[in-house]
Amino acid sequence: MNHNPNTNFKMSKSINIIKSSIVPLHAENVDTDQIIPARFLKATSRDGFGKNLFRDWRFENDDESTPKKDFVLNNPTYAGKILVAGKNFGCGSSREHAAWAIKDYGFDVVVSSFFADIFKNNALNNFLLPVIVSENFLQKIFTAVEADSKTELEINLEQQTIKLLSNSPSGVGGESFEINNYKKTCLLNGYDDIDYLLSIQSDIEQFEKTI
Amino acid sequence: MSKTLFDKIWEKHVVKQIEGGPSVFYIDTHFIHEVTSPQAFAGLNKRGIKVFRPHQVVATADHNVPTLNQHLPIKEELSRLQVEALIKNCAEHGIELYGLGHPYQGIVHVIGPELGITQPGKTYVCGDSHTSTHGAFGSIAFGIGTSEVEMVLATQCLMQSKPKLMRIHVDGVLNKGVVSKDIILYIISKISASGATGYAVEFAGSAIRSLSMEARMTICNMSIEMGARCGLIAPDETTFNYIKGRPLAPKGELWETNLTYWKTLYSDADATFDSEIFIKAEDIEPMITYGTNPGMGIGVSQHIPSLNEVDAKEKTSFEKSLHYMGLQPGENIKGKKVDYVFIGSCTNSRIEDLRMVASFVKGKKKAQDVEVWIVPGSKQVEAQAKQEGIDKVLEEAGFMLRQPGCSACLGMNEDKIPAGKYCISTSNRNFEGRQGPNARTFLASPLSAAVAAITGKVSDVREFLN
Repeated sequence: MNHNPNTNFKMSKSINIIKSSIVPLHAENVDTDQIIPARFLKATSRDGFGKNLFRDWRFENDDESTPKKDFVLNNPTYAGKILVAGKNFGCGSSREHAAWAIKDYGFDVVVSSFFADIFKNNALNNFLLPVIVSENFLQKIFTAVEADSKTELEINLEQQTIKLLSNSPSGVGGESFEINNYKKTCLLNGYDDIDYLLSIQSDIEQFEKTI
Repeated sequence: MSKTLFDKIWEKHVVKQIEGGPSVFYIDTHFIHEVTSPQAFAGLNKRGIKVFRPHQVVATADHNVPTLNQHLPIKEELSRLQVEALIKNCAEHGIELYGLGHPYQGIVHVIGPELGITQPGKTYVCGDSHTSTHGAFGSIAFGIGTSEVEMVLATQCLMQSKPKLMRIHVDGVLNKGVVSKDIILYIISKISASGATGYAVEFAGSAIRSLSMEARMTICNMSIEMGARCGLIAPDETTFNYIKGRPLAPKGELWETNLTYWKTLYSDADATFDSEIFIKAEDIEPMITYGTNPGMGIGVSQHIPSLNEVDAKEKTSFEKSLHYMGLQPGENIKGKKVDYVFIGSCTNSRIEDLRMVASFVKGKKKAQDVEVWIVPGSKQVEAQAKQEGIDKVLEEAGFMLRQPGCSACLGMNEDKIPAGKYCISTSNRNFEGRQGPNARTFLASPLSAAVAAITGKVSDVREFLN
């Protein structure tokens, strides 16, 4: 890692260890139109998108007074800072509003066996940690939380480990996860890509003379 | 050393390689629009900095604009405020804006190529996943989030890890009634909506080479629908002829210099890819989607998979999807009633698409209970269509020619498909609610959409061609 130590990086939003109960979302190919429908992208600020997270899965006929009972966010049994979902999470539109909505709703981590590219970058840029687990471990999490809704996950970014903490006998275990080393350093230290890129502006100007 | 097309462009744009990490990647042109840019400008203002290279940014308003009465103020307040914010931000930072009322206004991925901004060997980004469209010219082009829009506005660079490389060959001659939209829907149906995640995909082969630029753009446009970071096609005479003479294309000596360079942009004969897929053009029939992701597509003469044809792990998603669509496993898709026909979007709203539709519907009338919206991709496409008399042909068929914008592709502006209604659409996504809450989408080619407009149901265009 080549960060210039003299640069004034922000340190306010770093993440490392997150331990929390889980919200299980049994769905694959969750696209960003489901996470936040386009008609709610009209704001010009980054705030307040959480109230429309999974809008059309949460409410009948687009009406906030009629929550769909079978949708997990409306089920008081499940709560926590960790959203667990099926493979290919975040596919579709590049809207960063999807990451903002998940974060604004109160999640710090999304666990899945597979993330769409642009969503993963957007999440990382917003200190929302995407944790990629094996398909087997993903199923194990779903089974454990079904048996015991108080099941927790402990994620240690520095060590790159994810651990199941459950009272159910099937609900123990863990594995390690992959994350780009550069991004990991950014998350642990609260670094920001833009600050870094601004710090190498002279290199960029130099490069421009060569093209 | 032999190199792929992608490698050749990538290497020319790496400013700096971070050890064990991503590259600082240089962007030649940054397209922006009203929906994904306001928070990025707010970020710059908060940092107290200006746009680094305003002349390398091009703006238009497309997602949130109405497609009727564009001369009037936008009715919906939030949409209007977003478009006004774009005007203000562009003025403050010295960015060229092709906004409402400008003769160049249109969908960002339609105007870039038609103005000659999109060129081989360059890099393009936009806060929109369908930026992959521009790869049809042999460039690296991909969608980014708003934090990245801010990064590029601030520094003209992004932190990027090099993706893996895939090449998809489509060889042979296309069947009658089969067009480029069918090729890409076929590919996605084979490799799934996540089959190319983590890859840059080069499309190659004789069937691809035979396509016009408009048709190539349709293919690269939907690369993202199989998860690809970007899609690209090596430039050739078709590419050069398309670019030549366009308003912002290089001219004179500069044209010659560029042309010499562009001709070096292809994957060397012995270049290697992480994955290669081979497809026979003859195997492709007119395609249509029946489900709620673009990978759920079949040939129009085929039946929707029955439950025992679906992988056990996929069964729940499959059933949920068909439930949303109001369709049954195993039934035929042909003959299903259609309520709306939408011909438009960054996938299929170019002049060639409109010509294809007009030539098919000439002298025919739309089915009585079907509403047909034709939305040109840009003011220039609209003007060209009028010049060629396409507007008259469409109107005589009972179709409505609207004004340029993203329209009913994304359920954001005024153009939405009502709940429960079926829309055959030339756009790119059939996600739940994509075209409006509880709207149901069949993705298809402009030709398949045109035939459905006439019959009022999903039909096999081959039965209507001589």
